[in-house]
Amino acid sequence: MDVTVTDLAVGRGGVPLLAGVSFVLSPGRALVLRGPNGSGKTTLLRTVAGLQPALAGTVSGAEERIAYAAHADGLKAALTVSENLTFWAAVFGQSQITPALAAFDLEGLATRRAGALSAGQKRRLGLARLMVTGRAVWVLDEPTVSLDAASVTRFADAVRAHLAAGGMALIATHIDLGIEADVLDVTGFQTQAAALGHADEAFL
Amino acid sequence: MSLWEYANPVRFLGLSERVMPWLWAGAALCLVVGLVWGFFFTPDDFRQGSTVKIIYLHVPSALMAINAWFMMLVASLIWIVRRHHVSALAARAAAPVGIVMTLIALVTGAIWGQPMWGTWWAWDPRLTSFLILFLFYLGYVALWEAVEDPDTAADLTSILCLVGTVFAVLSRYAVNFWNQGLHQGASLSLDTEENVADVFYVPLLVCIAGFVLLFLALVLYRTGTEIRVRRTRALIAREARGGQAERA
Amino acid sequence: MRALFFRDLALALRAGGGFGLGLAFFLIVVVLVPFSVGADVTLLARIAPGVLWLGALLACLLSLDRLLAVDWEDGALDLLATSPLPLEGVVAVKAAAHWVTTGLPLVVAAPLFGVLLNLAPAGYGTLVLSLCLGTPALSMIGAFGAALTVGIKRGGLLLSLLVLPLYVPTLIFGAEAARRAAEGLDATTPLMLLAGVSGAVLALMPFAAGAVLRVNLR
Repeated sequence: MDVTVTDLAVGRGGVPLLAGVSFVLSPGRALVLRGPNGSGKTTLLRTVAGLQPALAGTVSGAEERIAYAAHADGLKAALTVSENLTFWAAVFGQSQITPALAAFDLEGLATRRAGALSAGQKRRLGLARLMVTGRAVWVLDEPTVSLDAASVTRFADAVRAHLAAGGMALIATHIDLGIEADVLDVTGFQTQAAALGHADEAFL
Repeated sequence: MSLWEYANPVRFLGLSERVMPWLWAGAALCLVVGLVWGFFFTPDDFRQGSTVKIIYLHVPSALMAINAWFMMLVASLIWIVRRHHVSALAARAAAPVGIVMTLIALVTGAIWGQPMWGTWWAWDPRLTSFLILFLFYLGYVALWEAVEDPDTAADLTSILCLVGTVFAVLSRYAVNFWNQGLHQGASLSLDTEENVADVFYVPLLVCIAGFVLLFLALVLYRTGTEIRVRRTRALIAREARGGQAERA
Repeated sequence: MRALFFRDLALALRAGGGFGLGLAFFLIVVVLVPFSVGADVTLLARIAPGVLWLGALLACLLSLDRLLAVDWEDGALDLLATSPLPLEGVVAVKAAAHWVTTGLPLVVAAPLFGVLLNLAPAGYGTLVLSLCLGTPALSMIGAFGAALTVGIKRGGLLLSLLVLPLYVPTLIFGAEAARRAAEGLDATTPLMLLAGVSGAVLALMPFAAGAVLRVNLR
């Protein structure tokens, strides 16, 4: 089933950032969002993931199908790598964590506490979490931060495998991942948002 | 034409500006007449002497302390259901007024209690309940102050107001259970046996009317201020956006 | 849900401060009381039920500000919000884990601390029973407070200001039951009322806390 975004307007703290955003994400396809810092990519992703309400427009086909990964990985320093993954797998009603460990080269670290990992290793664990959710739509916010070149390749492979299995990905990133994907530049939607006006406009 | 039209901030300001002079005048008139009448032209009570006259401040303020919270509850519900900004701002505006009313009730109660019960403070159910109400008010105001985004703050404080109401009522009964008190029965009730005598009753009603009008005027005034703050924010935001558009 | 519960327990055990700190705090409160009111044994016996209840309440309050704030800061709350678990359930489960790590040890330790305060022998059973009934409500109300203040930096003090007035009914009924039993009176009525308050809190509070959390996440 497609994820369809129609005429979506999103904002933060009462200030509209993007408006008129429309796209369709089909199984097996990836969409890369581009735009400078502060242009509203994160807000758009959070809105699609259902974490904050849209100012206008609709997102359909995304409920209960999204695996969201942002700057913070939600890892617990006191738990081991495999415990962290097992927890998230259980939350999403899954049990397999070995493929995820293998895909991000974490097998050797499985018994290490997450607090003892380097920034890049933590990031890999955070991304491996996506694989144990069993969800079809990956919504990723700057997934490659603090990853080295080899890990970026691993990540791209994981995304490709996910797409090949009929999954979808919506990615905000600055670097070229080498994945065949549609590109959506969000800067074009900013001018439309300016026309929407501040949430306090009712007071004028 | 429906009442909800005044949920529009601009219309609300227009209406409140027309109504407010009358409210201020009415409040001043009622309070002057009621208090002068009550203080100087009523007989002393045969048991309580002239101390009874503090009733003209104590009862109306206590009444308004509870009614202010009730008004906040209604305004919060309207915000949750219909999301009118004015409603949330009115709830915010009423809270400090409610705090002052609670304080007046507590202080006048203490002043009255000293000669009557021989102590400034007793852990009597009514007094204790008011102290608890005071704490609820403090928490409510503190939460408004602590949350930056006004809509988030409105949502959070509305839910706190709802939950707080349930717990305030629960506390009232718990406190009753915990300690039987010294406080006299209700000064005003439908049960005439308990009621204060007529000579005290009429000026008391005038004072209550004065407090109600004063409360309304204060809340309208403060809501107006809150609306103007938000309006300024919106103007600044528009200005900033205009600047951006010109540069682009 | 079960996974979340056991994860919170494991975290409390490993990160330290879970079981231990609340209990140590409780002990310190109980030790400080004789220093502040004097070592008169009959006086201590008289105030023991109240002191034990108040100590348990404060110990419960101590760890509340980390209840949701940790998951908020490391992003886990965002991820849980997009997971199949309802937020109401998340809050309820976290409150349950909080109770097991702070409330339950307090219940178990209360009779020991009762000895320190010379609690009347008749009071022990009811004290434990009242704490057993009341502390889950304290955790759940606290979780609501934690959800309200989760987005606020240094919200700890505000959390106490918001939560403590909500603790009044539970404290009154709980301490009253313990006091009556210690004085050899019948404690059934306050115990029933306490159970009623606890039941209502546990049934309804998760919804208020979930709603508040949803507002704070957006």
